[in-house]
Amino acid sequence: MNQAAESIPPVPGRSAGSRATPVGDTFFHGLTAVAAVLVLAIIAGIAVSLILGSAPALAEFGPGFLVSDVWNPVTNNFGAYVAIFGTLVTSAIAMVIAVPVSFGVALFISELAPAWLKRPISVAIELLAAVPSIIYGMWGLFVLAPVMADTIQPWLKTIFGDIPLLGVLVQGPPIGIGVFTAGVILAIMVIPFIASVMRDTFEVVPKVLKESAYATGATTWEVVRHIVLPYTRTGVVGGIMLGLGRALGETMAVTFVIGNSHNIHAGLFHPGNSIAATLANEFTEATGEIYTSALLALGLILFGITLIVLIAARLLLMRLQAGEGR
Amino acid sequence: MKPRLTNPTLIAASAALLAGGAVTANAKVDAIDGAGATFPYPVYSKWAQAYKDEKGVKLNYQAIGSGGGIKQIKAKTVDFGASDAPLKQKELEKAGLMQFPAVMGGVVPVVNAPGVAKGDLTLDGKTFAKIYLGKIKKWNAPAIQKLNPDVDLPDKKITVVHRSDGSGTTWIFTSYLSKVSDAWKNGPGHAKSVAWPAGVGGKGNQGVASYVNRIKGSIGYVEYAYALQNDMAWVQMKNKAGGTVQPNIESFQSAASHADWKNAPGFYMVLTNEPGKESWPITAASYILMHKEQADPQVAQAVLKFYNWSYKQGDEMAKNLDYVPLPSGLIKQIRAKWESQLQGEDGSSVWPPK
Amino acid sequence: MIDLYTRRRWTNRLTMGAAALATLFGLFWLAWLLFTLCVNGIGHLSWSVFSQPTPSPKGEGGLYNAIIGSLIVTGLGTAIGAPIGILAGTYLAEYGRDSRLAAVVRFFNDVLLAAPSIVLGLFIYQLVVVQIGHFAAFAGGVALALIVIPVTLRLTENMMRLVPDRMREAAAALGVPRWKVITHIVYRAAKAGIATGVLLGVARIAGETAPLLFTALNNRFTSYDLWSPIANLPIMIFRFALSPYEGWNQLAWVGAFLITFAILGLNIFTRVVLRHSASE
Repeated sequence: MNQAAESIPPVPGRSAGSRATPVGDTFFHGLTAVAAVLVLAIIAGIAVSLILGSAPALAEFGPGFLVSDVWNPVTNNFGAYVAIFGTLVTSAIAMVIAVPVSFGVALFISELAPAWLKRPISVAIELLAAVPSIIYGMWGLFVLAPVMADTIQPWLKTIFGDIPLLGVLVQGPPIGIGVFTAGVILAIMVIPFIASVMRDTFEVVPKVLKESAYATGATTWEVVRHIVLPYTRTGVVGGIMLGLGRALGETMAVTFVIGNSHNIHAGLFHPGNSIAATLANEFTEATGEIYTSALLALGLILFGITLIVLIAARLLLMRLQAGEGR
Repeated sequence: MKPRLTNPTLIAASAALLAGGAVTANAKVDAIDGAGATFPYPVYSKWAQAYKDEKGVKLNYQAIGSGGGIKQIKAKTVDFGASDAPLKQKELEKAGLMQFPAVMGGVVPVVNAPGVAKGDLTLDGKTFAKIYLGKIKKWNAPAIQKLNPDVDLPDKKITVVHRSDGSGTTWIFTSYLSKVSDAWKNGPGHAKSVAWPAGVGGKGNQGVASYVNRIKGSIGYVEYAYALQNDMAWVQMKNKAGGTVQPNIESFQSAASHADWKNAPGFYMVLTNEPGKESWPITAASYILMHKEQADPQVAQAVLKFYNWSYKQGDEMAKNLDYVPLPSGLIKQIRAKWESQLQGEDGSSVWPPK
Repeated sequence: MIDLYTRRRWTNRLTMGAAALATLFGLFWLAWLLFTLCVNGIGHLSWSVFSQPTPSPKGEGGLYNAIIGSLIVTGLGTAIGAPIGILAGTYLAEYGRDSRLAAVVRFFNDVLLAAPSIVLGLFIYQLVVVQIGHFAAFAGGVALALIVIPVTLRLTENMMRLVPDRMREAAAALGVPRWKVITHIVYRAAKAGIATGVLLGVARIAGETAPLLFTALNNRFTSYDLWSPIANLPIMIFRFALSPYEGWNQLAWVGAFLITFAILGLNIFTRVVLRHSASE
């Protein structure tokens, strides 16, 4: 199929009305190619500006920058570990909550909901993704954080506080601001991304496959478990990766609720920090070359992490697709 | 304020838009851009509104942070920068800048401790620094109880709240802590953003205010206006002279009046821990930064005219928003500095306007 | 002992119940968020919000300048970004297809789509603001364009690829040159999809805050000048939400209410367009 378009020969001089010239085609071809290359130029520009900007800090601190947990603007000593840690932990919390919920949502829409309900529900879920992140931040600080502090965190503490391992996770002052709340907000923000990709892939499963399974007496869950899921692995993984990419780079919403403290605690209720939040908080105030450069280096790391997630997703998808043999 | 203003403005602005590039270099400057410190943002905004209504010149000030103000004026992307942390004379010279104070205010410790009402609690610098160092962990610690024999202090953990973003407020606050405590000076130190030994970070004054309101047993520091507007329980401080003072416009002004502005090169003056029994120990001036050599003297003149106007007309507006106007003696010195330090490229002085 | 059939049935009920609960959980957040916005926003909604510029603290005013500024910056971002996205998408769907360049562009477009918006703002600050010497609405537009490009590019490519090659072949057989086939036939067939891409791009950028922080900045007054700092709703909300003055806080909620419902409305509208085109 794809080859067909390639092989369309531009037949000159035969069209009715206007003269077809190769010039017009060369021009249009060139124009679209320039636009496509522009995308590469933008990425290159971003990468170059980040690399140049972070060079002084990276030269000063070397690879130790990645593992140092110091962030001291007074002595100009910086390390990225706390911010990287916070970025990964908040995203992990978000995924732990969002993946099962999104799966449930996708399942409900594609397999359970009556036809008239499918569209309104999927639109409503997708609207969650349309709400600007600053609104999430404002709402998180003024509305969600007090509820977290007064109800949810004390409740989680009484339930899990005495259980080994889990007990450590619910340590920290129940102030409603911190790594856990940031993770919850991120989860709400990425659910629509994951759910809509999952739903789309669930819907491409050939009806024949499902119908024949039902005909053998399988329950809905068994159909999903043994027919739909194996068939749609790539889409499911793709959706999760898309959501993860979102969570890693989210700025405004996290900034409001993460607590912005350059410390690492095992307890999730403690305030922490993420790369994007550090940038938003400190970039305009940073004076001095090394400080600014350290922040740009954080930006570069974030850019790198998103790149790695994308590449990992690509490789995984390729392997899964090969395995599926279709 | 005046609803009818909108339409003529709109028409005039669209006309200006249509005229496009026709505006010549000689045209009267009718818009000035400034950026920097968040602390004076409300009062500059208020002045700008009144100034526009009176003179028709729009001063657009954007609160991007003191560090941002310094960065942007150095990059010449704004007509003036603003910072709560003054630059040292050396830095000014290196960047070809001059600075002058525009308005003053104070930083106020606020608490949320059960049983402690507004202005009840007294702290001195040393104790305060120890709390922020994480060395005093409970409200009923002996050091606090000793200063407050009449207050029934709770047996509760202290949660320290600080700023998460780099800020002039933190610069002023840590300047005070460094002056009163060697442990602080040699530990976290004095900067717009430090490595905090304890506590949680809130974004902006409002972030700190809302954390303190929310967390029982917390202590934080905010600008005076925020403490008042949020109706927070502030702390009275024991100052350098041993007096116990409440934060208010009089105690801020007392601190400013004890400062020796004349012998401060480049108006570099940190108003923390000033002498005087009535002086609030964490007082601060907010500064304006401009390039000494002006490519377009018209623009510089427009900026100076605005601040000259606000020195004359802006006192009430400032007080109304809980800011402190500059003492009149200082304003004379500032005008003299404008005259001697600001020049066009041809060497002609920018101030006073001809 | 429970027999196999009962167990299977119960597993099914349990999992399906969990799925329904998950959906309720998702919808619950949306409902809560919108409820908060309505409660805090509608009460202070008045004509002056639309007719007056931002007030000084304790003064009276509205969001006129921010609304105008947001329209200008968003419009500019779309005007710059959408054509580039559409043209690049066209390249991928028509000329590039399976070429190596197309694969690379596709990958890096995903990178751009995932790039944190604050990083885009920093980039345009260096590229535009520092070069022209001041903050400007134009710089904000360029920063937002970088967000519009990957969104429109992706949808354009997907939608154009849905157009069957038979249509292209039929046109080519009549001797119509390639570029005319694309502009007259493929675009026409895919126009609803492309419009969806553009509108989704608009919806994405209308509420963006981070990229405007270092580019368009903000403006206390109403401005229509592309070369000056300009007001915009997201930054106004950001500033006013965290201010000490009640009037400003209220305006922040009103702004949040307006922008959220405008964006949700745009999204719903877009979906209607998409459904319309799908049923055609």
